[in-house]
Amino acid sequence: MSNIMIVIVAFIVGCGSVMDSFETYQPLIACSLIGLFGGHPVSGLLLGGELQMIALGWANVGAAMSPDAGLAGVASAIILLKSGGATSNVGTAIGLAIPLAVAGLFLTMLVRTVTVFIVHIQDHAAEEGKILPIEIWQFIGLSLQGLRVAIPAALLLALPTSVVQSGLNMMPKWLSDGMTLSGGMVVAVGYAMIMNMMSTNDVWPFFAIGFVIAALSKLTLIAIGTLGLAFTLIYLQLLNNGGGNGGSNGSSDSKSAGNSGTGDPLGDILDNY
Amino acid sequence: MAETAQNNENSKRITLTKGDRRRVWFHSWFILANFNYERMQNSGVCYTMIPAIRKLYKNKEDRAEALQRHLTFFNTHPYLASPIFGVTMALEEEKANGADIDNSAIQGVKVGMMGPLAGVGDPLFWFTLRPIIFSLGASLAISGSFIGPILAFVLWNLIHLVFTYYTQEFGYNTGMKITEDLSGSLLHNVTHGASLMGMFVIGALIQRWVSIKFTWVYARPKVNGHVHPMTLQNSLDQLIPGLAGLLLTFLCMWLLKKKVSPIVIIIGIFVVGVAAHCAHII
Repeated sequence: MSNIMIVIVAFIVGCGSVMDSFETYQPLIACSLIGLFGGHPVSGLLLGGELQMIALGWANVGAAMSPDAGLAGVASAIILLKSGGATSNVGTAIGLAIPLAVAGLFLTMLVRTVTVFIVHIQDHAAEEGKILPIEIWQFIGLSLQGLRVAIPAALLLALPTSVVQSGLNMMPKWLSDGMTLSGGMVVAVGYAMIMNMMSTNDVWPFFAIGFVIAALSKLTLIAIGTLGLAFTLIYLQLLNNGGGNGGSNGSSDSKSAGNSGTGDPLGDILDNY
Repeated sequence: MAETAQNNENSKRITLTKGDRRRVWFHSWFILANFNYERMQNSGVCYTMIPAIRKLYKNKEDRAEALQRHLTFFNTHPYLASPIFGVTMALEEEKANGADIDNSAIQGVKVGMMGPLAGVGDPLFWFTLRPIIFSLGASLAISGSFIGPILAFVLWNLIHLVFTYYTQEFGYNTGMKITEDLSGSLLHNVTHGASLMGMFVIGALIQRWVSIKFTWVYARPKVNGHVHPMTLQNSLDQLIPGLAGLLLTFLCMWLLKKKVSPIVIIIGIFVVGVAAHCAHII
């Protein structure tokens, strides 16, 4: 019964990872659900949280593709369950998630190529003015993405537990410990991807302040986020004021913002939020 | 007199009701479902427009033309497609009621909007909002709280559904004017503010979550007869905690700019990490 639920979750994760709509495929959610249905909710939750930190910067932008967080989360959570579900195995499961994410990427590319044929079938339906076949084939394409994760998940579940366990036991301690430590460093790649996308000159002071403030270990992330929002609002207010008075960098955008404002820049900014 | 003429006009006019527009909104959640390498989101766009097409065009020729019109290449951010659907619905409605709008005009509006809007959506949703919301959830999860995944799921979808619904309505109501509005100062302030806030939070996240612990002891001086092992980690922490993680992130940024694939970097970190662990450096 729990295996059926896990395969259903895997199918939903596969659909979610192509749609990017409800974000059910994010490891935080996928691993937690599999842990829950597999009877080891806390281990699933911890794996989900750790894996999520690694996958934060993974995003499909334009036609470029990132490692597949969906298959990585599902498969590593199943392996974690099979190995007994102890929280001490979370580190090893994270190490295994990375090659799985790469494997998932190739499977996604395969399905995205297969769907080209679906589009040609839809073209024929469109020529005839038929609506229903287009809708049906849309969901057949989606199901293929679901199966892309559900089939590997079912195969992993079908493997005898002893095989998975002995496979994991064969892994020497230096390797699993080293992989756990590397998992803490791999997070940096995701952040680097985000930063390369966003870096302009005026964001760097914000980055520096955020980094230094986080070293105050008593502040929670919510407190830090609030500070960040406050700094941003203050900065935008000053920027728009300066532009409106015809001073500062002369950025055309800030000028128009200042001029079109109602003389209450903070109010304008708050309205914008 | 003029008013009665207009009433007659209105009685024949097919309009997309709030219900029709809501159906289009439901369909728009599936815009990426049949993503393909040939025409990307085309199948999703056609699927999304189907409730409107069904309502507006009753005969086979018109339907065929409309379906084919929306099966052409399309690719943008899945949430920022919503204002485009709004505008496209407004155009289709005018066309169905006899306005002189040809295929290429509708195509032009769609293609003209998809590029700039993708440029807004990627940094706003994928690189700011998602890292913030999901790192918040993940940090709660790591501390053992089930609120983490629930909070992230609810918060994300609340924002995403409210955003897509209202921008679609906004697109429908403003029609063609939307491109001017969106290039205006409001959107600029929101995206600029989001990237500032995003970088602030990423700075904090790197400090908290990129973990490198050096165990390497480089000196064992004796003070008052006790051995005080000096680890590299202690010395770095005295500069600022988290410095090693920061430097690693900068290295990754540099490698990515040199067009090294992220997958290669990830595998490289694993290899170096395991090797360094074996050499007792970390």
